[in-house]
Amino acid sequence: MKDLSLHILDLVENSLRAGASKVTIGVFEDTSSDTLQLLIKDNGKGMEEHVLKHVFDPFFTGQNKRKKIGLGLPLIKQLAEQCEGNVRLSSQKGKGTELIVTFKRSHIDLPPLGDIAETLVALIVANPEVEFEFVHNVDGVEWRFSSKELLEYLGVDSPEDLPAVLPAVKEWINFQEKSFREGGVNDEN
Amino acid sequence: MKIKSIEDLKRIKEEAQKNVALREGKAKYKVTVHMGTCGIAAGARQIMSAVLDEISRRNLKDVVVTQAGCIGLCDREPLISVENGSQKVLYGNLTPEKARQVVVSHLVNGQIVGEWVIHTE
Repeated sequence: MKDLSLHILDLVENSLRAGASKVTIGVFEDTSSDTLQLLIKDNGKGMEEHVLKHVFDPFFTGQNKRKKIGLGLPLIKQLAEQCEGNVRLSSQKGKGTELIVTFKRSHIDLPPLGDIAETLVALIVANPEVEFEFVHNVDGVEWRFSSKELLEYLGVDSPEDLPAVLPAVKEWINFQEKSFREGGVNDEN
Repeated sequence: MKIKSIEDLKRIKEEAQKNVALREGKAKYKVTVHMGTCGIAAGARQIMSAVLDEISRRNLKDVVVTQAGCIGLCDREPLISVENGSQKVLYGNLTPEKARQVVVSHLVNGQIVGEWVIHTE
C-alpha cells in the first residue's frame, strides 16, 4: 500500500463486508501533539470477543467457508507501530465497529494521505446504498460531507447514473481538500 | 471546467444527463472491480477510476460498476469481471490503459478482449 488512502479503502472493505449501511471515515491531524489519526467507524454486524482478539493475526479470517485470510488490519497495525503509533479497535456485536489508528504525524515512515478523492469515489460508486461520511480535521478546522446528502442534492437516484457524475464529484472533493489545506474553510454543503 | 462549488457539480450533472438517450430498463453490463487487499495493492483503485472515466466520457448509460473482494487469484490482480446477462468474463493483469480498452471493446462494441481473459462462464 503506497499511501494512507489505499489503506482506508482496504479497511472500509471490512465494514462493507460486515453489512454496514453507514461508514464514517475520519482523518484527524493535530500539530501540537504531532499526531495523525484515522477513524473508520461503521454500523455493521460487529464482532464477537473471540474474533476481536485474533483480527491482527495475519492468518486469521472471519470467513470460514473457504480458507481465506485477511491482511488489512495486520498491515495497518504494522505501519502504525513503525510510525510510533498504535491501533485501537472496539466492536460490539450487532452495533458496529470502530477503528482508530494513530501515527506520529511527522514520522519519516508515515506515507502521504494520497488520493482520498479516488478512494471515496470508488467506495461511493460501488456501494450506492451505503452512506459514507468523510471528515478531515486539522487542528480543529474541518470539512466534511456525506455521500448520501451529496447524491440527494445532485438528484442521483439510480446506480446507472453514478459513473456519469462521479468524475465531477472527484474533482469537487479534490477542490475541497485543496482549499481546506490552503487554509480556507469551506462551509458549503 | 473547474469545480469550485456544489452548484458547479450539479450543473455538470445536468449537463451529462441532457446528452443521454433514454435508458431502457435494466443495466446491460455489470462491471465488478476486485478490491481485496491484494487488488488494492496491485492498483485496483486506478482501474476503477479508469473504468468510470471511460464510461462517463462515452456517456454509457447501461453500465453498473461495483466492487468485490479477493477471489483467490491474487497473482493475477488487478482483476475485473464483466457480466452481461448469463455471460461472465474475467479479465486479469490489467493496467488502467487495458481497462479502458476493455470498456471500449467489450462494453461499447461487444467484443471480448480475448488476450486478457482469464476465465469465461
